[in-house]
Amino acid sequence: MAVLSPPKVGGRPDQQEPRARRSKGGLAGRLFEYLSVGAGLLILVTLAAVAGFLVLRAWPALTASPEELQEISWFGSSTFLGYVGPLIFGTLLASLLALLIAVPLAVGIALFISHYAPRRLAQSLGYVIDLLAAIPSVVYGLWGALWLAPTLDPAFRWMTDFLGWIPLFEGYQPPAKNVLTASIVLAVMILPIITAVAREVFLQAPRLHEEAALALGATRWEMVRMAVLPFGRSGVISASMLGLGRALGETMAVLMILSPGFLYSFFLLKPGQHQSIAANIASKFPEASGLSVSALIATGLALFVITLAVNMFARWIISRRSEFSGAN
Amino acid sequence: MGKTVKRVNNRSLASIVLAGALAVSLAACGEDATTDAATAAGGDEMSDLSGSIAGAGASSQEKAMGGWMATFASVAPDVTVTYESIGSGGGREQFLAGGVQFAGSDAALDEEELEAAVERCYGGEAIELPLYISPIAVVYNLPGVDADNINMSAETIAKIFNGDITVWNDPAIAAENEGVELPDTAIVPVNRSDESGTTENFTEYLEAAAGGAWPHEASGDWPISGTQSGNGTSGLIDTVTGAEGSIGYADASRAGDLGTVALKVGEEYVPFSAEAAAAVVDASPRAEGATDKRLVVELDRETTAEGAYPLVLISYSVACSQYEDEAQTEAVKAFLTYVASEEGQEVAEAADVAGSAPISDDLRTEVQAAIDSITTVG
Repeated sequence: MAVLSPPKVGGRPDQQEPRARRSKGGLAGRLFEYLSVGAGLLILVTLAAVAGFLVLRAWPALTASPEELQEISWFGSSTFLGYVGPLIFGTLLASLLALLIAVPLAVGIALFISHYAPRRLAQSLGYVIDLLAAIPSVVYGLWGALWLAPTLDPAFRWMTDFLGWIPLFEGYQPPAKNVLTASIVLAVMILPIITAVAREVFLQAPRLHEEAALALGATRWEMVRMAVLPFGRSGVISASMLGLGRALGETMAVLMILSPGFLYSFFLLKPGQHQSIAANIASKFPEASGLSVSALIATGLALFVITLAVNMFARWIISRRSEFSGAN
Repeated sequence: MGKTVKRVNNRSLASIVLAGALAVSLAACGEDATTDAATAAGGDEMSDLSGSIAGAGASSQEKAMGGWMATFASVAPDVTVTYESIGSGGGREQFLAGGVQFAGSDAALDEEELEAAVERCYGGEAIELPLYISPIAVVYNLPGVDADNINMSAETIAKIFNGDITVWNDPAIAAENEGVELPDTAIVPVNRSDESGTTENFTEYLEAAAGGAWPHEASGDWPISGTQSGNGTSGLIDTVTGAEGSIGYADASRAGDLGTVALKVGEEYVPFSAEAAAAVVDASPRAEGATDKRLVVELDRETTAEGAYPLVLISYSVACSQYEDEAQTEAVKAFLTYVASEEGQEVAEAADVAGSAPISDDLRTEVQAAIDSITTVG
């Protein structure tokens, strides 16, 4: 997964310097240059190796005939696309729902820390948020399955009773092992990373802009809206994409919470409708052998491609909007 | 090392003599000899063995294996046994690839695997022993019902899991439970979300015994979509515990506080118990192709034998009839002998270990004979 970094203010100072001058730094300088180039290349090599591995191991499943594929007991479809389609749908649905819940919250928390909270509170709150990121996902899974699901039960009952005419909320069946519960847990899991990045970006909003806005008579909210948010927009987008990356690949929490199913379904409260690729691999892999292993790895390849595509899409959004963002 | 080998050689000689003596005494007095043999083989001689053997396979056996490994360590302190629970398929694969010395498997080896086993076993063959018999309980979460068990026929269970019966006070359930006050709670059927031997045995039972009320084929994957499910036994139990009115199926030892269903066998209703599970295994014929080394049982799910509980899972211990290394041969034999022995089966029976059903003495006789036939190649 390609990692996006928050935008920096100004370019690197040495960027404009001619190459000839840099190499004059003697042996140590040259060594450092090789090291850093090597480290940079290593990332590309790793990425290529992962992609190569996935393609190589997925190949038997991708080229298998429908008859061969149907011999896999859990392969409910005759084509690979038919199998992986609902999985991709489930993965994206759960992740996007999580993003929908987490991003507004994270932006709010980040703004509170960067612009509203008293300094001491802001600092300790920042630590607490960072701590959330350190909790292993299996713990989130336990929490979601054993505590959150029963807690959400009455709320879901209410939703399906009173909002059941909206197809989204139709047909809740207890316990709350549905995609909405999974998304809420995912949202909590990706909250810290989005908050942390967004906070850093908001803190970098140019002081002068903020003071100028205040001097023009803006309230604090207007100042945030005019000076901080536009500046931080691309940062928030990259933060969201980082979060989305984690949500897409999240395994344990989804595995422990969701009653899986393989359908294209928008019923958020029904059990057995969705499954994410990563959780599906974790659940099927222990008993898989031969072609079924290849099929699972092929779904992993699909996840890899999606994650890459999501990140590139985010890059594109950021570059398209960079002229408005004030980040350069 | 040389010293060990020598000692082991002596022991193997002793065991051949023992096996010979056993064969004679078996012919003479049947059942009693088995117990003697088990104690003799499981006695002091084992403490002289050393070596390490690895196993892998069915997660159903994991808890029992844990118990066996722990107590076997006190019988033969110098033999290290490990067991990795990676699923039946993975266990068989690793065993055939030579990665482990024995496998735990919920299913018998198929023909292709038997062929592969010849090469793996240095020209010998695979040995399959039904050493783990575990009743599967149909568990339900109905705190308001105070009956010990709710009675159900296979047909009723099939209809519930197929979604044809949706409330607990359905006439079909009520008719089988006179005098029990059933609530009008909706039934939430819960299944395993992962491929599992428990699911396979459960659907096999429904297919065989429900008389057409179960329209699906037996398989390790749940055939119906859009259902409530849990990953692994603990996931399933958590799910059933999580909602009132839900019903699921799981290894009986894990039923905990949940209610369990008594199955209709013949004209009576039998709740699960170790004896009832062992009874159905004894009442069942051997599978086609079974030999005296591959004791594969074809479970009779429709049995009407009195007191038999037909919803059981058999997990086999798969080993080789030949090993390359003398120490390995002896270690495998000692461990399997211990597992099959009365003591070993009792260990696994304990509720805090696996709650499995001990094998009967008749079966033990056959198992012991198969174990004794394990030799070192050359």
